[in-house]
Amino acid sequence: MNKNLPLYEIFIRSKNGLHHKHVGSLHASDAQNAIMNARDVYTRRQEGISIWVIESKDITASNPEDSDAFYAPAEDKVYRHPTFYDLPDEVKHM
Amino acid sequence: MANKDLLNYTLQLADDVMILGHRLSEWTGHGPVLEQDIALSNIALDLIGKARNLYQYAARQEGNGKTEDDYPYKRDVLAWTNVLLVEQQNGDFGQTIVRQFLFDCYHYYHLEALSKSNDEQMAFIGAKSLKEARYHLQYSSEWMLRLGDGTEESHSRMQKAVDDKIHYFEELFIPTELEARLIKEGIAPDLSIIREKAFAKMNAVIQESTLVLPEKIYTQQGGRDGKHTEHFGFILTELQFMQKTYPDMVW
Amino acid sequence: MELSLEQKFQDKIDRDERIEPRDWMPDSYRKTLVRQISQHAHSELVGMLPEGNWISRAPSLRRKLGLMAKVQDEAGHGLYLYSAAETLGVERDTMFDQLHTGKAKYSSIFNYPTLTWADIGAIGWLVDGAAIMNQVPLCRCSYGPYARAMVRVCKEESFHQRQGFEIMLTLCNGTPEQKAMAQDALNRWWWPSLMMFGPNDAESPNTKQSMAWNIKRFTNDELRQRFVDMSVPQAALLGINIPDADLKLDEETGKYSFGEINWDEFWQVVKGHGPCNKDRLAARVKAHEDGAWVREAAMAYAEKQEQKKLNTIAVKTA
Repeated sequence: MNKNLPLYEIFIRSKNGLHHKHVGSLHASDAQNAIMNARDVYTRRQEGISIWVIESKDITASNPEDSDAFYAPAEDKVYRHPTFYDLPDEVKHM
Repeated sequence: MANKDLLNYTLQLADDVMILGHRLSEWTGHGPVLEQDIALSNIALDLIGKARNLYQYAARQEGNGKTEDDYPYKRDVLAWTNVLLVEQQNGDFGQTIVRQFLFDCYHYYHLEALSKSNDEQMAFIGAKSLKEARYHLQYSSEWMLRLGDGTEESHSRMQKAVDDKIHYFEELFIPTELEARLIKEGIAPDLSIIREKAFAKMNAVIQESTLVLPEKIYTQQGGRDGKHTEHFGFILTELQFMQKTYPDMVW
Repeated sequence: MELSLEQKFQDKIDRDERIEPRDWMPDSYRKTLVRQISQHAHSELVGMLPEGNWISRAPSLRRKLGLMAKVQDEAGHGLYLYSAAETLGVERDTMFDQLHTGKAKYSSIFNYPTLTWADIGAIGWLVDGAAIMNQVPLCRCSYGPYARAMVRVCKEESFHQRQGFEIMLTLCNGTPEQKAMAQDALNRWWWPSLMMFGPNDAESPNTKQSMAWNIKRFTNDELRQRFVDMSVPQAALLGINIPDADLKLDEETGKYSFGEINWDEFWQVVKGHGPCNKDRLAARVKAHEDGAWVREAAMAYAEKQEQKKLNTIAVKTA
């Protein structure tokens, strides 16, 4: 028997105030083991202060083939952006 | 005139972590899982880093132009005062974990106390290494559980490792004469208190790992007096190869 | 007219966009990447061995820590690269099998022995120097996970070459014995370093396609030339000689012309018959096999814990 260790995706918060960010993956037997491995593998140069791990198979991803339907409709919604609205220069800081 | 006790105590602490770090570094490139290869190297780097701090401190105490490298690279077997546990061969990953776990049980509580030493530099080194040792203890404890309570094979390997290594545990808590004097001065931590904490931790983890201690423990000691195991000469043969072949060159 | 998937894919590449794991890609692109990334990962792993050899004999504490950290980085880089390859649907264990059975290749340079401490300097200076030359363009590779892994690798690796050069410099400023050691290491590592860039462009049939896919940004010969041009002045600074009687500066182009690489030797080593191929593979196989019981135990423990959790829930809800 030669069981492969499951794959985990690793997310690191580099400092408080920032999101956890995906940094890569590694293999571990369980979540606790994955956290320790992530500490040893992905924070050797003070890259982080907090770690999230999740088994790769538990991630649900959107389908890239849907990307037109998902993301293109937002393209012409310029009114969602502040620059869409004209104000006189006298109104500062708005 | 330097405090001879403090100097020798500094070296004693340095020798423990130097040799254990050296042993662990033998794993680099050969770990059982890529992730553990990296983890063992991290521990080795921590330990040799601490040894380096201590050897530097020793050199400053002597103040006669000695350097951090003079101690590890120029002393022969009898001058080293590390415990026998740390010079034991790596064996399989389980043997390495048990050796590490036993040392960590001592090391963590020792550093916790050392960080309150009356000697400012000792306290500084203690506090710095304490953070590292906390992780080492967590790491080795987690692996004790996984291997002890894993498969039948891993359990029997771990039981054998405990049976082999436990006899080297007690030596860590036997104060040398100079240590006893430094304990009185509040420079060295009181080993009896550390022993209690370390044994409690050790027993708890061994039990949770579904392992047992042998009925009788035959304490092996001698390292603190320079009376080492046969392995030790070979460690020095490699460690000091360059220094012996090309004495006093800069690298 | 509806564009074919293949055309859309190539358009994306031509716009210098990145391809991500779940995007459509031609099978041949996937295969090429798996082969290249896994070879790269294997090279990092096997690359730990020649240098790892010297950790226990490093001549000072400073050198010992530096070398260990470097070899450890190589394990990390192997890991990042295996991760990148895994996004293409091939498992790490499968890649290990390919390495262990000799089906997968790795950089031929690691099949040469490290005989003296100077070899550690020469490897850092030349082998890592050549590796950086190869790797920096890969940070812009079209496949996202590979490019991101390479960004990390390059960032971490920047100290490796400096470490190697510093070791060489110390030797060259040392005793005559030390300088001779440095010269000897350069003699032995120079040609294998040039071979690291692979066969000449004319002999490298895959280069064209890899460049069209933005996997490769420069040809083998272009990179090799840059490496030579970079290394010659560095050797001069060290005061040691590159072992090539044909090495000559072309005043017009500012580039060095150099002698013919021994391609018979290159192919012999690539095909598994260099000085250390068998030892290197044996060491990797042993590490993996010796680790089997550890991996099994960790999985068994995880399953037991999972079962315990389920039992507790069952009791609570009963």
